Amino acid sequence: MSKKVLAALQEQFGEEVVLKTHSHRGDDTAEIVPEMIREVCRWLKSDPEMAFQQVSDITCVDWLGQSPRFEVVYQLYSLTRRHRVRLKCRVDESDPRLPSVQPVWKGANWLEREAYDMYGIVFEGHPDLRRLLLYPEFIGHPLRKDYPIRGEQPLVTMRDPESQRPVMPGGTLIQLKRPEGVRPVAEEN
Amino acid sequence: MGAPDKIKSRDESAAEMAKVRRTLGPGSNPPPASFFGSEVEGLPTEEILVNVGPSHPVTHGTVRFLIRFDGETIAAIDPEIGYLHRGFEKQVEAATWTQAFPYTDRLNYVSPMLNNVGYAMAVEKLIGIEAPPRAQNIRTFVGEIHRICDHLTAIAAMALELGAMTAFLYAVEMRDHWYDRIAELTGARLMVSYCRVGGLARDIPDDQWVPKVRECLKRTLEIVRELDALLTRNRIFIDRTRDTGIINAEDAIDWGFTGPCLRATGVDYDVRKDHPYLLYGELDWDVPVGERGDNYDRYLVRMEEMRQSVRIVEQCLDRLPDGPIIIDDWRWAKPAKTDVYHSIQGTIAHFELVMYGMQVPAGEAYGYTEGANGELGFYVVSDGGGKPYKCKVRSPCLSLMQALPSMVTGSLIADLVPTFDSINMIGGEIDR
Repeated sequence: MSKKVLAALQEQFGEEVVLKTHSHRGDDTAEIVPEMIREVCRWLKSDPEMAFQQVSDITCVDWLGQSPRFEVVYQLYSLTRRHRVRLKCRVDESDPRLPSVQPVWKGANWLEREAYDMYGIVFEGHPDLRRLLLYPEFIGHPLRKDYPIRGEQPLVTMRDPESQRPVMPGGTLIQLKRPEGVRPVAEEN
Repeated sequence: MGAPDKIKSRDESAAEMAKVRRTLGPGSNPPPASFFGSEVEGLPTEEILVNVGPSHPVTHGTVRFLIRFDGETIAAIDPEIGYLHRGFEKQVEAATWTQAFPYTDRLNYVSPMLNNVGYAMAVEKLIGIEAPPRAQNIRTFVGEIHRICDHLTAIAAMALELGAMTAFLYAVEMRDHWYDRIAELTGARLMVSYCRVGGLARDIPDDQWVPKVRECLKRTLEIVRELDALLTRNRIFIDRTRDTGIINAEDAIDWGFTGPCLRATGVDYDVRKDHPYLLYGELDWDVPVGERGDNYDRYLVRMEEMRQSVRIVEQCLDRLPDGPIIIDDWRWAKPAKTDVYHSIQGTIAHFELVMYGMQVPAGEAYGYTEGANGELGFYVVSDGGGKPYKCKVRSPCLSLMQALPSMVTGSLIADLVPTFDSINMIGGEIDR
């Protein structure tokens, strides 16, 4: 549909920033170097030809086993030009962080908090990066592919009677680490 | 007296409070004029922190507001969601593509068809298929019926929480008539699971059903007229909603607003008009827009959208074509029962679809449709297997909800109620 967005992106930023592009079923996609995502978004919003006033969605795809593992996906929409583009950034498991686009669009606030909550992606420069859907004591990031689907997290940790290690319902032994300053309810009583 | 020339000490203000209480006295009704005059203005206020919800009726049971009050004014507010978090996306990743439909119903149980269609169209986009014309027609008008139900519920809840019980009862009665029609069509009142990839689960039940729908359309217009008479010029309703919860167009766009709440600020954007899908491009209907972006405009936009939905349903019924309701391709849709029982290929196709699910080619697609609250997006990724590798819902309420603090900070606690109602937050959709 509007491959001109991809062409303009490549022209503006070059191959060092726009790693690859493709169009599939009318969805234009560009892979961006993570460090440059905020600059690219700022340009896409301010340029009158692009005019992407809205970020529709921010999410992440966990390609477990690949390197880099995570793919952060941005869906952008322009209300005046009526076109869309999808940006992607690959970040590695060891240090999943990239600049926040919250300074560009206010609407990115909760979307980034959700991606942080569900996948553990750290958005640098986000004013208030907290968990959005889960409680602060929750350990791990449930939408990662290696998080068990039947995993449960009681606030009072259950203990395996033999090894005395915390146990996850379903049989997997895991080492639960609590954030600092949070004590299990049992200890307080 | 006027404003105090120095900040009073705690003892002094306590004495002042005691004096006011004495002036009021037990059972003095109405309170003396001085209570509302200058005497109370000098009273010092203390900031307090209050939890509203998650079990407060106004929060509809699924959201908590942590509010710092300065007197009756909201100094700061932090909405906290997640009480209904069901792990929709994780569940869908563990199910086949078709098994995801019952989960999508529960995203918004008042308008499940819109969620069904949104998901089905995202998967169809990924595969590259299209539903047959009759299925597209039915999808369009059943979706519009559910849009009517959703708007009726939103307006009814808003009216009820502002004290208008009658309006609530009228709207809910109408919604129940529609639920009867939906139950006749799909077999379920709320969780319809009526869509399938490539078409629909079943056809219209009999010849009597369409006339009954037309009857309901007439009744809907009557109910909308009655709601209009009850609320639109109601002094109390206007006082509570006019110029409260204002957001301007620029901020609304920046926050990611879509749907009636965006249109109430005057921005003419509707996915159905701007990126037509199903039959919307061929039908004759209008997009209502507001001017001020306050609660009253959001109410008016929803009222007008119901009338437009009635127009859409009527046109769909007029041009309802004959033909199949699901594509005839055994890779995506289950074969007819006669084929399953009388041919080995049919049996195998049925078995494979049920056991392994459809094998969607690897790739990704972002399908966007107009839900009742705004742009409902499904971002689906396939790795070529029988299960979705990733399914992300772009729920319209999330964007609306995150802007709530900017809409109510500095206003009275009473304004929180209509504002929260008019953005129509849906727990299932926002928490997933």
